[in-house]
Amino acid sequence: MLHFRDISFRYKIPLRATVLVLVTATVLTASLLLREYRDLRRDMLDGSARWSAVLSQTLVAPMLHDDLWRAFEILRAATSPGGGEQASAITLVDPRLRIYVSTDPVRYPILAPLHERGEAAREIASRIDGAAGTASHSVEIGDKLYVITPIDADGVRLGHMILEHTSTFMQSRFAGMWLSATLVTLFVLLLILPVSWFWGRRMAEPLVHLADCIGKVGATIPPPGALQFEDSKDELGQVGRAVERMFDELREKEGLEREMLFSERLAAIGRLTGGIAHEINNPLGGMLNAIGTYRKHGASDPELAARTMSLLERGLLQIRDTVSALLVEAKAPSHPLAPRDIEDVHILLKPEAVKKSARLQWNCELPDEIPLPATLVRQVLINLVLNALQAVEAGGTVACDIGLSADGMTMAVRNDGRYIEESRLPYLFEPFVGDGNGKHGLGLWITYQIVTGLGGHISVQSEPGLTVFAVDLPLGLAVEMESAS
Amino acid sequence: MNRRQALFGLCGLAFAGRGARAFAETGGDAVRIGMTPVFLDDQVGFLGAWRDYLAQALGRPVEFIQRGSYREIVELMRQEKLHFAWLCGYPYVREQRWMRLLVVPVHQGQPLYRSYLIVPARDTATTKLTELRDRVFAFSDPDSNSGYLYPHYQLSRANTSPANFFRRSFFTYSHKKVVEAVALEVAHGGAVDGYVWDTLARTHAELTGRTRVADRSPPFGFPPFVAGPVASPALFRRMQEILLAMHGDGAGAGFLRQLNLDRFALGTPALYADIERMLRSIGQPNT
Repeated sequence: MLHFRDISFRYKIPLRATVLVLVTATVLTASLLLREYRDLRRDMLDGSARWSAVLSQTLVAPMLHDDLWRAFEILRAATSPGGGEQASAITLVDPRLRIYVSTDPVRYPILAPLHERGEAAREIASRIDGAAGTASHSVEIGDKLYVITPIDADGVRLGHMILEHTSTFMQSRFAGMWLSATLVTLFVLLLILPVSWFWGRRMAEPLVHLADCIGKVGATIPPPGALQFEDSKDELGQVGRAVERMFDELREKEGLEREMLFSERLAAIGRLTGGIAHEINNPLGGMLNAIGTYRKHGASDPELAARTMSLLERGLLQIRDTVSALLVEAKAPSHPLAPRDIEDVHILLKPEAVKKSARLQWNCELPDEIPLPATLVRQVLINLVLNALQAVEAGGTVACDIGLSADGMTMAVRNDGRYIEESRLPYLFEPFVGDGNGKHGLGLWITYQIVTGLGGHISVQSEPGLTVFAVDLPLGLAVEMESAS
Repeated sequence: MNRRQALFGLCGLAFAGRGARAFAETGGDAVRIGMTPVFLDDQVGFLGAWRDYLAQALGRPVEFIQRGSYREIVELMRQEKLHFAWLCGYPYVREQRWMRLLVVPVHQGQPLYRSYLIVPARDTATTKLTELRDRVFAFSDPDSNSGYLYPHYQLSRANTSPANFFRRSFFTYSHKKVVEAVALEVAHGGAVDGYVWDTLARTHAELTGRTRVADRSPPFGFPPFVAGPVASPALFRRMQEILLAMHGDGAGAGFLRQLNLDRFALGTPALYADIERMLRSIGQPNT
C-alpha cells in the first residue's frame, strides 16, 4: 500500500499544486454560479412580473366583453414557443375564483372552481383570497413558480391571471450557464495545470537531487562538484551549502582515517618486529655468551661443553617455539568437533583451576558432532580459559558457555578477575602484547588468527569484575575434515 | 427580443380585427368583395392571386374586404360600401330583401353543405348535441348557419337554449378556430361548417385529427355569393358570368381546386328554405 507521505516530492509537490488549483477553480466557479443563479432567478421574477402586468392589460378588453376565445388566443400566443418562453401555462380566473380560461384546459377546465384543481391550485386560490392591492406577486409551490396578477378595469376586479413557470425553464438556462462555466474552468485548468506541474517539478528537483546525493553517503562520499544547487539564500540554498560542508568534512575525515590506519599499521609492524627481535635477541644473547665462555675456558672441559651445548639447545628451542608460534597452521587436518572434545578440554583444565583455587563453571550445550575442526576449536577454548584462569584471583570464577545459535557455534568465556584496561583493548590481539607477567603474549594472537581463519569473529568486553571473550564460528565453511578427506 | 415580439403580437390580437376600423377607400372604380370565414380566409397569398384573376377578367380593380365577423360585412354591404360578398346562408336569408343571390358554390357535386358537431378525439362517446349538457361549447359566428343557427335550432327543439343547456359557450368568429378550440379541448364540443372541416382535413390533418365528427346535419344551401344594392345590373351580370365560367379555364379551375370547390352555379332562394324555417322556429323574425 503506497502512502501519500512515501511518494517522491517530484510528484507530491505537483500533485498538491494540482489539488490546490482544482479546489480553487471549483470553489470560484461554484460561488460565481451561485451568484449567477440568484441573479437569474431575480431577473426572471422581475421580468415575469413586468410581463404579467403588460399581459394583464391586454386581457382587460376580452374579459370585459366576455370574449373567451380572444382571451384564450392572447394566452396561447403568450405561451407559444416564440412567445417569450416565460410561462408553461397561463390561467385566468374570474372574481369568484372559477376558471375563466386556461392554456391548459384539461387541467383547468372552464368554470371549474380553482381550489378544486389540485393542491397547488388550492394554495393559489387561498393566496388570491388573502391578497390585496394591484401588484402581482409570485409564489413557489413544489417545483413550480406561479406569478399571480390581478386584472383590474377602472378599479373593478375582473379576475386574476396565474402564470405558471416550470422549473425546467430556469434549469435549462442555468444548465447552459453551468456548462459554459465548466468549459471555461476546464480550459483555464488546461492552461494552469501544466504550468503548476512544471513549477512543482522544478521546485522538487533540487530536493530530489539533494536526497540522491545524501542517499549515496555510506557507500561512498560524492566527489566535490557532484552536488549541484542554486546558490540562493532560501532554505534550499542553506541546506545545499550545509550538505556541501558536510561532504567536505566527511571527505577530510575519510582522509584522516586512511592516514591513521596507515600509521597504525606501520606501528603494529614496528611493535611486531620489535617483539620478534626481542624474543629472538634474548636467547641469542645467552647463546653468544655461552659460546664466548666456551671459547675462553673450556675446549678441554667436557662438562662446560656439555653445559654450553645444552644452553645452545635451550636457546634454539626457545627461538623455534617463538617462530612456530607465529606460524599458525589454521588448516591443520582435524576431525569434526564433538561434545566429547569439549569435555576433554574441561578435564584437562580442571587441575589448573584447582591450582589457582578458582571455580570453573562448565556449560556445554552442543547436541552432536558439528562440522568444525576439533583441534583448532579446542586450542581456542584452551587459550581463552587459561587466560581467564590466569586473570582470576584465588577463589574467583571462570565460566564457560558453549552452544549453538542460528549462525553457528558460540563460545563465551567469563571471569571476574583483573579486568583489561580500555587503553589495551585495541592492541589485545596483536602478538607480543603480554600482560607483563613474563609470557611472550602470543596466545590471544593465535586465537584471533584461528577464529578469523575459520571465518568467525571474536570480541571482548571488559569492565571491573567481568571480562567476557565471545567467539562466533559459522558452520558449513569449507574446512578440511579428517572424515571428509 | 422574444418578449417584445410576443407583446406586439398580443396587442395586435387584442385590437385588430373586431374593432370598427375606418373603411379604406381605394378609388371609386374598384369592385369590392366582402369575404367572411365561410371558407379558409387566412390564405392571404391565395386571395391575392384570385383577386388579380378576377380583376383581369372584369377589367377593373378588385378589392377583397375581410372582417372578423359576418355582421361587419353585412353592415358594410348595407352601407353600400361593398358590391359583393361571400356570406353564410343565414345572413342571406335574414337580409334577402335587399341582397341578390349571385352564385352558389358547388361542393362534391351539389350546392349543399352540412353542419358538423365536433368533439375532442378522445371523446369517443358523444353522438349528438343533446349529450353535451353542462359542457363548454364553441360556436363560430352568431350569424353562421352551420356554426350557430343549426345547433341553436336543435336545442330549441329540445326546449332549451345554448345559455341554459351549456355550462358555458363562446364564439370564435371562425370555423377554423372552432376546430382549434375543440382540438385543444378548451371546448367539449363545437359547431363547424362541414365544408371547412373537410377542407381542413385535407390541409391540416394534424388539427382535425385531434377532433372527431360526432354528428352531421341534414344538407343546407351552400354559403352563397351575394350582391348588394350598389352593384349595377351590368356588374352583377359580368361578375356572375366570370364566376360561372371559372371552372372552364386553367387558372380558374386551379383556384376552385384550392377552395375545394367544383364550380360555381346559379342558385335560387329556395335552396335556403330550411335555414329560413329554422330561423322562424327559434323565434327570430325575418328582418
